[in-house]
Amino acid sequence: MGLLDQKTGQGGVIVTKFDDLINWARLSSMWPLGFGLACCAIEFMSTAGTPYDLDRLGVFPRASPRQSDVMIVMGTVTFKMADRLRRLYEQMAEPKYVISMGSCSNCGGPYWQHGYHVVKGVDRIIPVDVYVPGCPPRPEALIGGLLKLQEKIRQETIRPPKAIERLLEKEERK
Amino acid sequence: MKFEEIVEYIKSELGANVVLELIENATPKGFVTNTDRLISVMQFLHSDEQLYFDSLSCLTGLDNGPEEGTVEVIYNLYSIPFDHHLMIKVQVDRDQAEVPTVSGVWKTADWQEREAYDLVGINFNGHPDLRRILMPADWQGNPLRKDYEEQEFYHGIKLEE
Repeated sequence: MGLLDQKTGQGGVIVTKFDDLINWARLSSMWPLGFGLACCAIEFMSTAGTPYDLDRLGVFPRASPRQSDVMIVMGTVTFKMADRLRRLYEQMAEPKYVISMGSCSNCGGPYWQHGYHVVKGVDRIIPVDVYVPGCPPRPEALIGGLLKLQEKIRQETIRPPKAIERLLEKEERK
Repeated sequence: MKFEEIVEYIKSELGANVVLELIENATPKGFVTNTDRLISVMQFLHSDEQLYFDSLSCLTGLDNGPEEGTVEVIYNLYSIPFDHHLMIKVQVDRDQAEVPTVSGVWKTADWQEREAYDLVGINFNGHPDLRRILMPADWQGNPLRKDYEEQEFYHGIKLEE
């Protein structure tokens, strides 16, 4: 943080960049769509529990994709689940982020060679922002992944990327 | 009842030709029977007052590979009141893998036969609801067949590396 909390009590007016304000709001309320598919979900539950306390990061599990900002894919993604997973991702409102938690959703994990039923990495279905390694990852590792995602969100800007702007100019000139 | 007694009793009640081959190096011990007699044998084992195999503990589909050219279905039976076990095995041709269903005898066979159908590709004649249970409905092939080859894509997702 270090953005707004040090500016309060100094006259009631805060001056900041709009990007910083938006990013601060987004990274402080990453509501995850719980996607518990295997044992990683148990680890997520203990992360959400009292000792690790995800609430202090503003992470607050939701049961609906419409209310979620982050999809944490925790567990083994089977081909049968793949269609459902893609649909739920599409139902999430922008901006949306994906954390792939654990070996299975990173790359297939122990099912890499003989798991005929397992998608070899959830990034074959949806774009992934942060990969958390582990089998399953400890709560510290998941919190590390969430902090990494916060770092990523903090770098964002609401302006379109330069490359897209140049592309749009090119289109207009035609 | 001991295994030898069970076999002798079945032979005396149903005729010696239901027991094609004894399997004594397995746990539980059992015998091979043929598919034509399967249902009548199973009904007898299930309802006879002295045998009373009221529980189908497990149903397994097994592929012996293209060289052997056979698939097997293995039934593990257990009698709860008498505490005795028995294994029944049938072997069929690999290309025409058809076995009569025992889901009319033990209700639990319904889903187990669907699993064998899904993964090994054994058709259970007379099954009330024979469709895939684990793999997606539009999956191609039977993953536990020895010569199984994965499809390249499933709904646009690449399967192999």
